[in-house]
Amino acid sequence: MDLKVNSSVATRDERDAVDSVLGKPTQYTQGGQRFEQDLRVSRAGEALRNLRHMLLPTLHAVNDRIGWISRGSINYIAQQLDIAPAEIYGVASFYALFSTTERTMRQVHVCIDLACRAMGGLREDQLPEGTHPSPCLGTCERAPAVLVIEAGNPARHEVLAPATPVQITALAKGAWPDAEATVVSATPQVATDSKNLVLLGRIGKVDPLSISDYQEHGGFDALRKAMQLGATGVIDEVNASGLVGRGGAAFQTGRKWGAVAGQPAFPHYAICNADESEPGTFKDRVIMEGDPFALVEAMIIASFATGCEQGFIYLRGEYPRAIRNVQNAIDESTKHGFLGANILGSGFNFALSIVRGAGAYICGEETAIFNSIEGYRGEPRNKPPFPVEVGVFGKPTLVNNVETLVNVLSIVKDGGAAYAALGTEGSKGRKLFCLSGAVAKPGVYEVEFGITLRQLIELGGGMRNGSTLQAILLGGAAGGFVGPSDLDLPLTMEATRAAGSSLGSGVVMVLDQSVDMVDQLRRIAAFFRDESCGQCVPCRVGTVRQEEIVSRLAKGVQAQDIELLRELGTVMRDASICGLGQTANSAIDSAINKLKVFAQ
Amino acid sequence: MSTQVTTGLQVRRSVQLTIDDQSVTVAEGETILSACRTMGKEIPTLCYGDTITPKNACRVCMVEVEGSRVLVPSCSRKVEPGMVVRTDTERTDHSRKLVLELLGSSVDLSLTKNVARWNTEYGSEPTRFGKPAAPTNHRDEATTGHHHVADGSSVSNVLQPVKIDNELYIRDYSKCIMCYQCVDACGEQWQNTFAIGVAGRGFDIRISTEFNVDLTDSACVYCGNCIQVCPTGALMFTSEHNMRDAGTWKEEEQTQTDTICPYCGVGCALTLHVQDNEIVKVSSPSDHSVTHGNLCIKGRFGFQHVQNRAE
Repeated sequence: MDLKVNSSVATRDERDAVDSVLGKPTQYTQGGQRFEQDLRVSRAGEALRNLRHMLLPTLHAVNDRIGWISRGSINYIAQQLDIAPAEIYGVASFYALFSTTERTMRQVHVCIDLACRAMGGLREDQLPEGTHPSPCLGTCERAPAVLVIEAGNPARHEVLAPATPVQITALAKGAWPDAEATVVSATPQVATDSKNLVLLGRIGKVDPLSISDYQEHGGFDALRKAMQLGATGVIDEVNASGLVGRGGAAFQTGRKWGAVAGQPAFPHYAICNADESEPGTFKDRVIMEGDPFALVEAMIIASFATGCEQGFIYLRGEYPRAIRNVQNAIDESTKHGFLGANILGSGFNFALSIVRGAGAYICGEETAIFNSIEGYRGEPRNKPPFPVEVGVFGKPTLVNNVETLVNVLSIVKDGGAAYAALGTEGSKGRKLFCLSGAVAKPGVYEVEFGITLRQLIELGGGMRNGSTLQAILLGGAAGGFVGPSDLDLPLTMEATRAAGSSLGSGVVMVLDQSVDMVDQLRRIAAFFRDESCGQCVPCRVGTVRQEEIVSRLAKGVQAQDIELLRELGTVMRDASICGLGQTANSAIDSAINKLKVFAQ
Repeated sequence: MSTQVTTGLQVRRSVQLTIDDQSVTVAEGETILSACRTMGKEIPTLCYGDTITPKNACRVCMVEVEGSRVLVPSCSRKVEPGMVVRTDTERTDHSRKLVLELLGSSVDLSLTKNVARWNTEYGSEPTRFGKPAAPTNHRDEATTGHHHVADGSSVSNVLQPVKIDNELYIRDYSKCIMCYQCVDACGEQWQNTFAIGVAGRGFDIRISTEFNVDLTDSACVYCGNCIQVCPTGALMFTSEHNMRDAGTWKEEEQTQTDTICPYCGVGCALTLHVQDNEIVKVSSPSDHSVTHGNLCIKGRFGFQHVQNRAE
């Protein structure tokens, strides 16, 4: 490629931000000083193309320092990485947390999504000057939530929840939020039932920043056991446990691990999908904030079992505390010899790093995550080939959700059989549920599979005072609604599937009589329109038409619009490339069919 | 199930599969689409081009494959031994109908080949979503992840003014279906220039130079290989655009003559499109073994001297 950049030049701060990730340019063509040798040699081509995955972190560095990404900085990144400016612009303009137009250093992202608006949060048309709407910030237990980002060196990120309109206005005018509520406030069971908790067992008990605290509470015991069992031994236990993925698709974890381990191509990569963005989901955030070493340990075990020497935790950019705590856990684990070369004298080498997301729900799709990590637009890839064969950097890749991975610790420690004995025939083990909305004690709840919706709500202290149940959203925006008559539905994969719904990522959002269901449906439709990557027609245009039709129905119900929605739902489900488009109609469909929201 | 067949110097296995209850044997590595074409079956395609790796973005070529929960893009899915494919079921027809409607209601498909015929065949009515919204000048300024919440009174589309920023070709993105072919032809698959990319997200995605600068400020080298692959007329010779505007473009009266480019020694094949004894545009046969339809600025646009006749 013959790189062509125009005359816009990066400022000193912009260059510093880029250099903080990529180092100072070593030659003229990369934007450095001109030396005589530049006339004869040029470092480019393969060597620079291998650095493409540095593009996303570099864009973050500029956006963090300056607040936006200018033409000059894109030109400078283009020179440093030998990527065309048009390509970089395409990547930068894909993410909602980046901006390619100048804006203020202070950005106030106000969550306007399902849980927050159900709990009295502001709607998009009610936001104060200087703030802008955000999709679900994953702080639903303390709804309504706000994320404040202040560009600078270093940039500051903080979440305020719950946030009143007065507080939001103050944030826009320069106030800074107090420290966030403790993590344990998101796990009400810890106060009453702590000894029965496994996945949440350490939350509130250990200092999430202390590796010695972690080790005193059983930390790294599972890793030692895993090394005794050997790679195949670990996979056998995971297979025996019957564990399935907790991110929403419920694929058998042991089978996935076995498939990656058996791939002849090397290297293998491990990715933890921590891009938790499904509206109403916050369980992974709570684990990463409250027990980050557990995730690191589980990643080491997964990689040991499947032969991965490098791993990434793709963590959503809207989770500042989780990023801080997991980064600290990685640093401490490296310092103490749990990451790096020859871990625990086993000869196994493993490097782990965080890739920070930049505001794109679609990047939680397991192939979009690859493109995002590699420095491309986060568009899903076509399957087959499947990730276990051709994943990130074209190599066999293991992708697991945070909760799935953390389950492996007790499976390795206590054996797969013990885990399989928990739960039901079709849904084995423990599950985290994200209970939000009109309940007395919203939060993350750890239960054995099999309890009913009613029991879960009782666990959460029952309905909030003065609230009567109107509807429950299961599985998030990509899931489906059920009504008050479904309270005895067991929260298992098989029972929810039979009821035409889905557990998805474990969202249980309880909506009371005060909630405007039509408003919720309009928000779901708007959400999918905003978050579609735009690659395929059924999703790109289908989500737009869906929003238009729902808005029309809100004004007056016409039978032909209901029929049009049904036809749209079918093509999106049948013909979209990925799960986003395939499920973009499911919640709206369930509201129409089950809850009769638009009944004439 | 699989026997070896020899094709030229390459030895490729053959694969037997069933398409619409008919058994068919094709070479390994072929797609379902090419297998269907071998059998003489027509599967509609929009974003598919024969010189670019399929992006399978338009989803009009979807077929049913036994064992697959969702429909499968025939343009990119490779055949497998024993595969059972159905190309004309209720589900495939519904998908094609809706995809044609979704595109037809958001994009100007007036110059896209076969669309009118397929609309009839599949019963598509792109107008049934409602009244089209007015064209906008602001598609290049969209904020990622945010849009003005729809009120449902009109149907969003991509209609916008034509981009005219150079003398050789125009970009009419009202006609763009986002097949990604121009980006791939400009970038890694052919030209390696990367003057254009895909920007934005969702319904706001668009083909764009960096920060939407004019082509003259971009890396564009005016090879016109993007025009060659564009299936919808969104990218067009200025000569054709002007003649269409003036109502003098008469494709049925044009002749097409293949010749060899006179400029350098590579010997690219040119197809001269001639109307009223004037060259009105130049293309190149996409099945040419050397250049696969690609040219440079001279071969594509450097034909004026041919027409400078002595008065």
